[in-house]
Amino acid sequence: MSSKIKRNVLKSMIIGVLAYVGAMGIPQTAQAEYADIVINNYADAAGMRPAVFPHWFHRIRFRCKVCHTDLGFAFKAGGNKITMAKIIDGKFCGACHNGEISWSVENCAMCHSGIPGQPTHFHGSTVQRLIAPAYKPLEANDAKK
Amino acid sequence: MNHKTKAISFSLAVLMSAFAWNAQSHAAEAGAKQAPLMLAEVSGPNTFNVNLKKPKARNLPPAEDGIHDPENEATHSLQHPLEAYKGLPPSDFGNYVDWVKALDEGKLRPRWDRADPNEEPFVMDLDIVRPVKASVPDVVFPHRQHTEWLYCSNCHPAIFKPQRLANQISMSAILLGQKCGVCHGKVSFPVETKTCRKCHSKPKPADWQPPLSEATLKNPWK
Repeated sequence: MSSKIKRNVLKSMIIGVLAYVGAMGIPQTAQAEYADIVINNYADAAGMRPAVFPHWFHRIRFRCKVCHTDLGFAFKAGGNKITMAKIIDGKFCGACHNGEISWSVENCAMCHSGIPGQPTHFHGSTVQRLIAPAYKPLEANDAKK
Repeated sequence: MNHKTKAISFSLAVLMSAFAWNAQSHAAEAGAKQAPLMLAEVSGPNTFNVNLKKPKARNLPPAEDGIHDPENEATHSLQHPLEAYKGLPPSDFGNYVDWVKALDEGKLRPRWDRADPNEEPFVMDLDIVRPVKASVPDVVFPHRQHTEWLYCSNCHPAIFKPQRLANQISMSAILLGQKCGVCHGKVSFPVETKTCRKCHSKPKPADWQPPLSEATLKNPWK
């Protein structure tokens, strides 16, 4: 075996192990609504609960185009790097959550309502289920300790 | 003598009552055991097939869904999904709501503009047929259902080049979250066995034969 192939095998093994370890952090018991997103880019580090974005709630009221074209949300969980400063400036969530179209940002806990310590993830995503299905319930991890 | 019979009858009575009580409790236990023994459970696949997941509880309220923190007071003031889905046509996957049908039937009127509730979407009714190499039915992509929710620039040109034969799509790419998988499998209907036929909907022509693989062409069966 050439060293290049060996290196590639090693690389893919490392990626696999990392993916497995990363997936362990996501609670399997969650039975949240399809397409609910937990966003925890900065929340935990700032001492806040992670934000939960319910797609179902918003698509009843707005078509995809409103947020994903007009407001510039990329199709990527956690990929928009939303901060409270941007929201207060009327960007992202702040375009509607400004007390005019929807309730304003002083209702912190309405969005920041996730269980602390959850990683950013897309609930019910096919990728999450098929590529990293190995995650275990948080309670099971607790029971081991 | 009298004393003895009394004692015997008393002990007999005690024995009998104990027996009766025992039988009663046994009957109660059996009843409790039998009650949940329903046909669905006996014949259900989950009791012996570890690879089949248990049926998921559907549309749980936020406080019980496992991602919202029930200790957070505001969690309890969030709307429950089932409350919001009242009157919407059901489906077997995703949110268990048929969103496109809901829109078509006028059960939903989501805004096309952030602030203006009267702005109408720019709908384009154009079906794209994509022949599939494998023996599954060909794919029909309907622009209408997509443009009712999305704007052209959401997909073109970043995800799909608006050009014939310019887009290589495979199920593995979709399952990895590319191409159709940017939305399908995340927000719009999931990629499951139940949903194959939603895209793979055009039957192959009657004279269609699966293409022979290169290995077979090189080494034909004798």
